[in-house]
Amino acid sequence: MKIVVLPKQTFDTEAKITLDAAGKINREGVNLIMNPYDEFAVEEALRLKEKHGGEVTVVSFGGPKVPDILRQALAMGADKAVHVGDEGLEEIDEHTTATILAKLLRDLEYDLILAGWRAIDDGSAQVAGRVAEILGLPMVNMVIKLDIAEGKAVASREIEGGYEVVEVPLPAVITAQKGLNEPRYPTMKGIMQAKKKPMQKLTIADLGLGGEEVAPKVRARRYYLPSPRSQGKIITGEPAEAAAELVRLLREEAKVV
Amino acid sequence: MDFHIPEEILDMKRTIRAFIDKDVEACSRQIEEEDRIPPHLIDKARELGLFGMSIPEEYGGLGLSMLERCLLLEELGRANMGFVTYIAAHVGIGTTGIVELGSEELKKKYLPALASGEKLGAFALTEPDAGSDATNIKTTAVLKGDKWILNGRKHFITNAPEADVFTVIAVTDREKGARGGFTAFIVEKDFPGLSIGTIEKKMGLRGSHTAEVIFENCEVPRENVLGEVGRGYASALRILSRGRVMLAARCVGACNKLIELSARYAQQRVQFGKPIASFQAIQWMLAEMATETEAARWFTYRVAWMVDQGLPVIKEGAMVKFFASEVLNRVADKAVQIHGGMGYMKEFPVERFYRDARITRIYEGTNEIQRMIIARELLKEFEV
Repeated sequence: MKIVVLPKQTFDTEAKITLDAAGKINREGVNLIMNPYDEFAVEEALRLKEKHGGEVTVVSFGGPKVPDILRQALAMGADKAVHVGDEGLEEIDEHTTATILAKLLRDLEYDLILAGWRAIDDGSAQVAGRVAEILGLPMVNMVIKLDIAEGKAVASREIEGGYEVVEVPLPAVITAQKGLNEPRYPTMKGIMQAKKKPMQKLTIADLGLGGEEVAPKVRARRYYLPSPRSQGKIITGEPAEAAAELVRLLREEAKVV
Repeated sequence: MDFHIPEEILDMKRTIRAFIDKDVEACSRQIEEEDRIPPHLIDKARELGLFGMSIPEEYGGLGLSMLERCLLLEELGRANMGFVTYIAAHVGIGTTGIVELGSEELKKKYLPALASGEKLGAFALTEPDAGSDATNIKTTAVLKGDKWILNGRKHFITNAPEADVFTVIAVTDREKGARGGFTAFIVEKDFPGLSIGTIEKKMGLRGSHTAEVIFENCEVPRENVLGEVGRGYASALRILSRGRVMLAARCVGACNKLIELSARYAQQRVQFGKPIASFQAIQWMLAEMATETEAARWFTYRVAWMVDQGLPVIKEGAMVKFFASEVLNRVADKAVQIHGGMGYMKEFPVERFYRDARITRIYEGTNEIQRMIIARELLKEFEV
């Protein structure tokens, strides 16, 4: 079974977000990690490989540090990696990324494509869906349990008040939700072996893409930081009096009741 | 000169940090309260390959250089020192003997299981009357047929209750003593005549267990002599010298953690209407902690590099063990001071580090012995 995983490099969850002089998100000195939802996808691919045999390829589009997360996936046990660089692209959006990934996927053999259901940075949850659409593949989103048998994927996903079990024919695109698995750490041996595994570097031009095809459809007009949280208020006194005071403040100051 | 750390080692450090900060940290209080490392943490450390750091690849280890080992041990040093000691005593003094002095048969027999962490290694030199004066050991080994018969008591042996394979130093020729009369042996815990005493109650290092190892007509096969008969004292010194630089690396790692905790706490703790980090008294402590740690760090890397170059490190190994452990004790003391009353409470990890740091000035050669070695080597250099 051939599985392709589409991880994205994102800011560390603990990164402090600042804006640069041009009003864009400042990437200077920020620790970059594999998007945590994509770690679930990589882990699931490795478990499926361990169970059914096959090969796991990780593909990511992005800047010069992307090989760090690809190496992490290789160290975890993936077999090969492809990095499509973002050289020459000033602005991108989900359309750009999906177009590039789908173009590359046309040249790869796969039975299953896995990705995180969203990235923790922009949280748009669009790329995997767009890739499925471009490639004409069925897709199941936010999966917390996945079984593969006889050319079909049976996936469970959380829905309002319960679970939904969906069956789709392969190849298909499946996105991972928290709960699907607990990702492994790359072992020391895995890290040593990772550097011997193939990592291909491609440019957008290598894929025969450029210009309008990859131009973003959406442009961010402005970025701004959330306003700092104002200080809370502690109401002291006897419980009955404090409760009365709270209600008064909610009514008169906060005007919410 | 190149101060650049290879990508691969940075990746390993990242994994170890995640493991320490997430998995070990989650069990930190439990380790302290129960004086026991939860088995799943040891399993995970095995999976990661941490027990095989110093063992060559051909025997299933990672075959890392001393500098690389030190870079990883520094990262491990962030964790509970009891947990770190469990692994580090194996990686250092527990397995170095077989790796560096073992016959091909001994290596093949023992190293794969030690590399995977399936078996745990320990080093048994110290005795009740032979601490700093290691030449005064009384445990004897007498050859009878094709077996050596060991008798005696080793004490304060780190990891003894859990260890499977001991490197034991015993007297094989009383007259010659340390000069040709000691021999090193590889002794399995199940060899007849070996038993483990009660676990000592220590000031700290909770989770790491120290006990007596008792030999009563313990039978050791002849092929389990480590190195040459009569060269045991030199072997012990060599094993200890390797351990010293690795211990320094762990001290630096603990300093890193203490600085991080203190710098964060100082910015959160408000007194006189401002975070205490805005007071010069606190800033000076932080500055001293960070500067001394940086010095200890690069000294450690330098000595580790010297080991990798095959250069003698008798003096420098003693210096770095002495220096890094004293730095850790000063850093831990300041960390408690910055935390104030909270620093004295078991709720905060600095209290634990403060107790645990104390042993680093004592074990693997007291700092007084290290100073003696340094002075002796120095006087030799300038002999008149």
